[in-house]
Amino acid sequence: MHVRSAIRLASAALTLATLAFASPQTAVAADTVDPVADAKAFRKFFTDKFPKVKLEDFVNGPYSMNEDMHRQWEEKEQFPPYEFSLDMGKEMFTKPFKNGKSYEDCFPNKGIGIRQNYPYFDEKEGKVVTLELALNRCREANGEPPFSYVRDEMAALTAYMAFTSRGKPFDIKIPNDPRALEAYQNGKEYFYTRRGQLNFSCATCHVQSPGERIRAEVLAPALGILNAMPIYRSEWSGMGTTSRRFTTCNSQIRGVPFAPQDDEYRDLEYYLSYVSNGLPISGPGARP
Amino acid sequence: MTTTHHGFSGTRRLILQGAGAVALIGLGNIPFGLAPAFAAANDKYPEDAFKQKSEADAIKALYGKTAEASDKVKLDAPEIAENGAVVPIGVSTTLADVTSISFLVSENPNALVASYKIPAGTVPSVANRIKMAKTSNVIVVVEAGGKLYSATKEVKVTVGGCGG
Amino acid sequence: MASTIRVRATLSGETTEVQALIQHPMDSGFVKDAKGEIIPPHFIQQLTFEYDGKSVFAADWGGGVSKDPYVKFSFKGGKKGDDLKVSWIDNKGATDTTTAKIL
Repeated sequence: MHVRSAIRLASAALTLATLAFASPQTAVAADTVDPVADAKAFRKFFTDKFPKVKLEDFVNGPYSMNEDMHRQWEEKEQFPPYEFSLDMGKEMFTKPFKNGKSYEDCFPNKGIGIRQNYPYFDEKEGKVVTLELALNRCREANGEPPFSYVRDEMAALTAYMAFTSRGKPFDIKIPNDPRALEAYQNGKEYFYTRRGQLNFSCATCHVQSPGERIRAEVLAPALGILNAMPIYRSEWSGMGTTSRRFTTCNSQIRGVPFAPQDDEYRDLEYYLSYVSNGLPISGPGARP
Repeated sequence: MTTTHHGFSGTRRLILQGAGAVALIGLGNIPFGLAPAFAAANDKYPEDAFKQKSEADAIKALYGKTAEASDKVKLDAPEIAENGAVVPIGVSTTLADVTSISFLVSENPNALVASYKIPAGTVPSVANRIKMAKTSNVIVVVEAGGKLYSATKEVKVTVGGCGG
Repeated sequence: MASTIRVRATLSGETTEVQALIQHPMDSGFVKDAKGEIIPPHFIQQLTFEYDGKSVFAADWGGGVSKDPYVKFSFKGGKKGDDLKVSWIDNKGATDTTTAKIL
């Protein structure tokens, strides 16, 4: 009895000591982070849990989990309500800035069919760059005011860019750079960390309970969850960005959201996109 | 968006007498003599029917008769609407001589949602997307050969479609 | 500026299938804005489809039709390349019209 409690105390003390010394600023040792193994395990978890769902269908979120909803979604996809936002996005994307340049000049391949490469790790800056961030940087570099990350304009622009990549598999790269691995790992830790008054982590809903309901909503699986971004939500009666979804979700679990495109969200997007590599881009997507 | 606001001079139904050129604001009274696109439209907008609260009153206002349930009317609606704001609902029927098809939602503030005129030669089958305030019966009414037939289905709504 | 009306009219055998999606708020008049004030009703009341000078379908709509409304129907007849004229008028008297080719 005494030995056991002594061991317990000792291991508790050890854990505390490790925690005390492990500061978030410490660079994570490269050999403990294995994104390739992570992605494989991530994918296997979902395909094992839902053997009847085809791999590429996971990108359809709740629709891949529920027959009745799938039918409603199919009907709406015949002539989707997001057509107008998509057209607005195309118009915006092709219109030149006041200085004569356009978005084409900021992106590889003139910005067409490249969405599946975002986010990427910028080795010069040492941070993750998302598509939304890249778009605003393009605007600012050309003398235009940045768009809000949570409003219609950014949603329309990313909708158009996603559309030009429809069907292409996510192709997120993690360069052999400890900072990139750290960003990936930070994203992964964010995903699994509980937060907010409801004390939910992203995994609580999207790994533990996909296909089940939280109140009225059917939960989407985390595999492929960003492939449909940006999404036209019936709830929003409009198109919304990844930033919008991250911030509103944090509010919904009664947490304090970070600001859009804060490091935590960029890293989260990096992690979630990477583990969905190989699954097709389906954006812009429709959601309840 | 090319919306054209027609001038109101020469209207036969001046709502505000002697008010000069006044824009009609959401009063629902459309002077159809003005819109050339609707010169061919034979019927007046059934405003009264759209104002009724219950489906019985709306059907009476629209058709002046009552409907009998018929299994020849196939209503296609989800079990649980993913969102009450956009519920895809469709109908098809094997009845002959269909002239009109209408959709009603019993728990909506105004039960009548949409009414369609089916000229000869048009297939009696319509699909549309409607708002549902809450869990409710969706009723489709088909006017065929001068009589009214209906089908009803309860659609559960967890997230109300009327906003807020 | 582009029309608010998107139409897809396709001939299949002897029947033309028509789908239309229209950009319109379809405010019912029952919803309050962030300030708590009622957003006034603003919705399409009548929608017409004409082929060969005749009406092939007509809709009377209320505020209970979804935002950016959609409708699908079919009519017997129609030839590839022929015109289908679609028009709407809303409760404020605004209108829009477009002509689509049957494919």
